[in-house]
Amino acid sequence: MTEPMVRAEAVHKRYGPLEVLKGITLEVAPREVMCLLGPSGSGKSTFLRCVNHLEKINSGRLYVDGALVGYEERGARLHELREREVCRRRTEIGMVFQRFNLFPHMTAFENVAVAPVLVKKEPKAEAERRAQALLQRVGLSTKVDAYPNQLSGGQQQRVAIARALAMQPKLMLFDEPTSALDPELVGEVLDVMRGLAEEGMTMIVVTHEIGFAREVGDTLVFMDEGVVVEQGAPREVIANPQHERTKAFLSKVL
Amino acid sequence: MSIESRQGHRPDEIRAVPLRHPGRWVATIVLLVLAAMLAHSMVTNPHWGWGTIRSNLFAPPIVQGAEKTLELTAISMLVGVILGVLFAVMRLSPNPILSGASWTYIWLFRGTPVYVQLLFWYAVSYLFPVISLGIPFGPSFLHLSANTLITPLVAAVLGLGLNEGAYYAEIVRAGILSVDHGQFEAAQSLGMRRVTLMRRIVLPQAMRVIVPPTGNEVNNMLKTTSLAVVVTYPELVYQTNNFIARTYITIPFYINACIWYLFMTTLLTIGQFYVERYYARGSSYALPPTPIQRIRRNLSTLRRIPFSANGPGEF
Repeated sequence: MTEPMVRAEAVHKRYGPLEVLKGITLEVAPREVMCLLGPSGSGKSTFLRCVNHLEKINSGRLYVDGALVGYEERGARLHELREREVCRRRTEIGMVFQRFNLFPHMTAFENVAVAPVLVKKEPKAEAERRAQALLQRVGLSTKVDAYPNQLSGGQQQRVAIARALAMQPKLMLFDEPTSALDPELVGEVLDVMRGLAEEGMTMIVVTHEIGFAREVGDTLVFMDEGVVVEQGAPREVIANPQHERTKAFLSKVL
Repeated sequence: MSIESRQGHRPDEIRAVPLRHPGRWVATIVLLVLAAMLAHSMVTNPHWGWGTIRSNLFAPPIVQGAEKTLELTAISMLVGVILGVLFAVMRLSPNPILSGASWTYIWLFRGTPVYVQLLFWYAVSYLFPVISLGIPFGPSFLHLSANTLITPLVAAVLGLGLNEGAYYAEIVRAGILSVDHGQFEAAQSLGMRRVTLMRRIVLPQAMRVIVPPTGNEVNNMLKTTSLAVVVTYPELVYQTNNFIARTYITIPFYINACIWYLFMTTLLTIGQFYVERYYARGSSYALPPTPIQRIRRNLSTLRRIPFSANGPGEF
């Protein structure tokens, strides 16, 4: 059996007295597309942010590509990783945000080309060549010199995906990538994501797009109140949910 | 017939009787009378000393004083900006020692008068007659007399620069805090380390908030350098005082100095305008027009729309 790309074992996360994740256990295989579904406040986004150590987990174990996230296990003790190492591991995980978070003082092209040069110390020409190719791939080769505020939401999100891909990650995290978009712009972003999935990118997608989860997802995980309520093949979970909470949620969003 | 049913027909331009503004006339008359009184005094009262101003405006000591003022402003501002950025980043650091040290510095230098700070640095040789470089509590390699090390320029730069650093740190901190948290997360998720993230992502965006108060600070610094008189630094007011001590003529020389200060602050204001435009790129509002663009635009509107309700409105 191959090593899973992401392995979570009883992951807990608290903010003060508020427990947001109450023992998440799941696995994402390489090339798998996992969609996380659930009402707001169910902990989906928090889990995603734990995977690249934007949030520290309080207990349990979280592995990406076989390595513990944020810590190193020596003997029986966990040692916090140095900033350099945390950052190096983040370069292998791409993340796309609900609010795009493009760098507003840089053009689309600079947004995509900046990190490989600054973080991975790639030669500038190499990074720029790839930035050009990535922008073409997300259908924005004519918007290379546009600043983010000159782009529509859908275009911004596609630049954000290109920016994450520029680091050549082995895992992509999507945090509600279409929730801030006008309905007519959702399709162009989902198309890019579908293309990525077809090329075999490992993806965890927090989404409310049931159609996308059904057609593109390999696994669907339904979360509520910090626990995984139900998971399985998307078509089955959507057509035939086993738990009352899943049924109630799906009946509202379908 | 309703307007919709006559599409293609534009209704007539509105030509209403303009609103009368009697208050404006009263204010205009009052101001004109006051201006006339001032002008009368300036012409008839010889103590304004226009001749003295004319013959001393470019007197070599005054010009040199103005140069020294600019020099001290530039050096002190540079020290202030470097310290300010450093202490702002320290203040926001997760390291409690760094943020505590920064808090203490800001507390100390913002909480005491800059005049007293200048005097303190000028007199520091009383406290440390000899300044040595070496191992703390151990041997030292280099001894310098504080009296030769602390020249008027060094004392002035220490006093003004350290004080400015404390104020500037708060300006930079406000700028950093104004940057959306999503920017930090996006940069982190790309694997940027804290230093890179600050330098390449956060500070360039913070500049939009930092630049306008920086213009204010430079303007203030230019005038605050006049306090360097107390450390005998030969800037504009120092030279002006020399003239007054020799001639017993006061007001004309003060006006003389003010003309120079106004000239220099005006230049700075123009510079600030263009720096602000540069850092506004990529922001959501349109860039303000340059004066040349503004004149061109006004001329073209004048030509096209003589007078109508959709011309430039009254404010």
